[in-house]
Amino acid sequence: MSDHPTTSPQSRYTVADRAPRKLSAFLLRWESILVMMLAAVIIGNTLKSPYFLDPFNLADATYNFSEKAIMALIMALLILVREIDLSVAAIVALSSLAIGYMGEAGYGPLPLIATGLAVGLVCGAFNGFLVTRSGVPSIVITIGTMSLYRGIAQVSLGDQALTTYPQRYLDLGQSYLFDWPPTPLSFFLFLVLAICFAVFLHKTSAGRQLFAIGANPVAARFSGIRVDRIRLILFTVSGLLAGLGAVLLTARIGVMRPNIALGWELDIITMVILGGVAISGGVGTIGGVVLAVFVLGLATFGLSLMNVPGIVINVLLGLLLIISIAAPIVIRGQSGRR
Amino acid sequence: MSLLLRYREGILALIIALMVTGISLYAPPFGTLSNGVGVLNDTAFLFMMALAQMIVILTRGIDLSVAANLALTGMLTGMFNMVFPDLPALIYVALALAIGGGLGLINGSLIAFLRIPPIVVTLGTLAIFRGTIVVVDGGSQVNTSDMSSTFAGFPKLELFGLSSVFWIAAIVAVLAWFFLGQTRSGRGLYAVGGNPVAARYCGISLPYQQMLAYGISGAVAGMSGYLWVARYGVAYVEIASGYELTVIAACVIGGVSIGGGVGTVAGTLLGALFIGVIVNALPVMQVSPFWQMAISGAVILAAVIINARAEGRALKLILPEARRAAAQAKR
Amino acid sequence: MTTPQPVLSLSHVSKSFPGVRALHDVSFTLYPGQVTALIGENGAGKSTIVKILTGIYVPDEGEIVGAGKVQHFASPRDSWAAGIAAIHQETVMFDELSVAENIFMGHMPGGRFIDWRETKSRARELLSRIEADFDADAPLKTLSVAQKHMVEITRALSHDASVIIMDEPTAALSRHEIDELFRIVAQLKAEGRSIIFISHKFDEIFRLSDRWVCLRDGEKVGEGLTSDVTEPELVRLMVGRPIDQVFPKRDIPIGRTVLEVKGLTNATEFADISFSLRKGEILGLYGLVGAGRSEAMQCVFGMSQPTRGSVAMEGVALSIREPIDAIHAGISYVPEDRQDQGAFLPLGIRENITMASLAGHVRNFLLSPLSERMATRALGGRLSVKAAHWEQALGELSGGNQQKVVIAKWLATKPKIIILDEPTKGIDVGSKAAVHDFIGELAEEGLAVILVSSELPEIMGLSDRVIVMHEGRIAAQFERGKGTGAAAWSAEAIVAAATGGPMQEHAA
Repeated sequence: MSDHPTTSPQSRYTVADRAPRKLSAFLLRWESILVMMLAAVIIGNTLKSPYFLDPFNLADATYNFSEKAIMALIMALLILVREIDLSVAAIVALSSLAIGYMGEAGYGPLPLIATGLAVGLVCGAFNGFLVTRSGVPSIVITIGTMSLYRGIAQVSLGDQALTTYPQRYLDLGQSYLFDWPPTPLSFFLFLVLAICFAVFLHKTSAGRQLFAIGANPVAARFSGIRVDRIRLILFTVSGLLAGLGAVLLTARIGVMRPNIALGWELDIITMVILGGVAISGGVGTIGGVVLAVFVLGLATFGLSLMNVPGIVINVLLGLLLIISIAAPIVIRGQSGRR
Repeated sequence: MSLLLRYREGILALIIALMVTGISLYAPPFGTLSNGVGVLNDTAFLFMMALAQMIVILTRGIDLSVAANLALTGMLTGMFNMVFPDLPALIYVALALAIGGGLGLINGSLIAFLRIPPIVVTLGTLAIFRGTIVVVDGGSQVNTSDMSSTFAGFPKLELFGLSSVFWIAAIVAVLAWFFLGQTRSGRGLYAVGGNPVAARYCGISLPYQQMLAYGISGAVAGMSGYLWVARYGVAYVEIASGYELTVIAACVIGGVSIGGGVGTVAGTLLGALFIGVIVNALPVMQVSPFWQMAISGAVILAAVIINARAEGRALKLILPEARRAAAQAKR
Repeated sequence: MTTPQPVLSLSHVSKSFPGVRALHDVSFTLYPGQVTALIGENGAGKSTIVKILTGIYVPDEGEIVGAGKVQHFASPRDSWAAGIAAIHQETVMFDELSVAENIFMGHMPGGRFIDWRETKSRARELLSRIEADFDADAPLKTLSVAQKHMVEITRALSHDASVIIMDEPTAALSRHEIDELFRIVAQLKAEGRSIIFISHKFDEIFRLSDRWVCLRDGEKVGEGLTSDVTEPELVRLMVGRPIDQVFPKRDIPIGRTVLEVKGLTNATEFADISFSLRKGEILGLYGLVGAGRSEAMQCVFGMSQPTRGSVAMEGVALSIREPIDAIHAGISYVPEDRQDQGAFLPLGIRENITMASLAGHVRNFLLSPLSERMATRALGGRLSVKAAHWEQALGELSGGNQQKVVIAKWLATKPKIIILDEPTKGIDVGSKAAVHDFIGELAEEGLAVILVSSELPEIMGLSDRVIVMHEGRIAAQFERGKGTGAAAWSAEAIVAAATGGPMQEHAA
């Protein structure tokens, strides 16, 4: 219901600069809930297993999520602007394929890395080109390119594997960047990129424009925002970071098969959604995504320390995703009404 | 619009016919009747799963959990069969429909009553359903040797050379055509997908239509689960892994709009047939089966881009000469 | 007037939403063969009444009595069953489905299984009754706005309703189409149906209605026979105080030419649009709905590309490929559909206001919250935005305040030219006067204003010059107080130009 003040336009209302600070509002913020979830995961795991808090164990645990987490950063921006990229895992496969061939051909680490990044960039730009030119929802386009990219990897490799890589390249994925605190390169890159993404999204004008596009793409265009150009850039960066994921993953496992990173797109989307980015666009923070990465990564690690099978962990994470989204809705009693 | 759609379905049918002709010229065994029957038998699962997925997409939804539902229901019916062998096959079908439908209603209630976006819900239940398989069977498999003859034999029954799975898919298609075209609930799906606000003003309940769509999607997936397990003689955690994307691809190729409210039974069947023909043609043409994924990816993109041209934003016809030109073009 | 048997009455109906009292103790009665005008400002409770009568909302208190008994509308179906049908403000329809299906959606003939033959034949019969010129089989998306409206009316008829609610039915119609609608209303009246007519346009209310009911802040503040009341009386009831309906045309010195548009043309929407605009000038752009005014203005703003023509700013030719180019050149465009084309509802007021001028708030590559806050305070204060705090989400504000924030966003770009597309569409009398004042203020500050409007009093009251568009072309130009005959500054001449021919009837 709207009400129009019928007083003259000269009248002034007193409007505060910001909301009054309330503890309840702070605690109900999604990030606060994630912090509590993270605390629960850490405390629970520490009580259950004496190995959990060991720095070397934790460092090894980061291997299992850092590559995905890097890709989750850009997926968060895509979902924020109402897009989605289902082809990221397939881009990892295609980039990894190219890295594998370069490895077989005897090139050194730098050409391998450059190739991986370049293939990712091209795949991402192709996605972006199709999405912005066709006007078809990106979920459809990227289902198509997902099949295309992974299909190319399958056609090229069949049931073979590529296993020849220079040692200096493998070291990137298998040794620590710093010895103390023990920090794998992938985790370090994730932290650096997370800070860059957070500053970009929350402190720059281009970042602000992403919120506008997500909140209302039509109004964004009317407000002078180059919506299609931004979409194209985001998809391209998504490809580039998938290429980076491929560089790190291939170095870590030292083998490329066509089913590499299979199903990662869903894991990554889970990180983003649990991080509080609304699938309907316009709402989300990088801080939330980073916290969700840690919640998911440490929960997985803790459960595997307890010898829970991976697939059962998936059940629990699926439940966590649905419950964490459903719980606030149930609590606020927002169902039924609209 | 219906004319244009028919036109587009006509084009798709024509492309499939050309493909079949071309492949048959290149590899004559492909053109034989028995191979045609084989293609239809092999594509039967895709036919029904794509129709069920279309029903969900019509409501502006998506069901990513169908393949996981298929695997879980297949496993559960297989385990039920180990405990109760030798029941009539239709009991297993009914059980699979019920389990699958129940799983679908879980999706439906989260979406309809809690208003969680469908992609989030079914992404979650995808992981949950698959994982539950391991929880219920402890990581083992159900093999042919564990299956009773009524259980395993049913999908292999044939009529006119076509398997019972194909005939079931045919029944599903006829029911879907009747349901979507001739019933109020069926038209209601188009209404809520086409314009949810308008549907509400027409007294059409969105939660009811969503429960219906996800229930149907789950039931068809569940039934396919039993048939799949019995036909291929094995149930384990990985069966039909990633199949949800093939199913969605069939819908997209068949002209179902992800934006909701647009899609036909004939289009979806043709979309599934298209993928079926490619999958079956590759071995006949002695092309590596690894090509399948790349080709279906390319085809989805082609289909999508052709559709996009047809649906691009048209300028309004304001100038009198533009209106006259358009009227003449129509004639 | 004799009092026949009432068709429907509301008695002591109240409805509240969290934090808002939408309706309080409202009672009125509808009679057969009468048109009852429901009037009131935005937010007075008219839509709530419509939604209660159509079963979308359930009232908290009070009852609806129809057909001699108390009715409970839990869903639109119950309301149809009681003989009530509505033609909604926004066309709520299904573009992908056929006309026949749009008419009968929700109550298809044939029960659970649809009888298509019956559906189509009944649809054709109903369409012929209102003399529609399209077929029941046609897909809805091939129809014009006016034709879609006829489908809505047919839908109401299909319920054989005794009460038909028309919620601002003329908002999107041209004059000719409005006449057509009024003909149908007269026909419905003659058939003994009762009509609730909601409109902001007083000429329509006086032309059409027999009775009126006025709401203010959710309460009924008066009712009576339309023949016994005058417009100023109704306005006073609606806003609670008298409103000066006279347009205060300010005397502003008009400066040099700032904008020069020459021969702007695109493929199908407009052709040969040429005009110039001077500092301090208010240029009215008048025409019927669908004459191509918004399309031409959006092209100037860079939302679409012309096939031909040029735009020059202060003598320098502009190359405008995107709205951002126009904004940089100093052109602002406040779109007609401010909710869909202007508002970012989940974002805060500050973020909305600075969204089109972010570059001005960047210090060392980062946004400066301080600079943003200062701009927000200044503009939000100037437009009297009513809010709890500047970080409040726009979606939590009232419709009128949302509009102010959208306008503030455009003023924040510090434009030299501002194009206002239907700035008073759908807003009530009280707010209209404020907007009119504000337009004058902008011109006084030296902005050049293009006012796109379908309301002739507004156009004539505010503009220094008026350009009239008809079917995508400029049909005529008028200068305040000048010209004679067909070129004279008169309502008759302007309307004649807009309709593309000699006058058929006196303008509003």
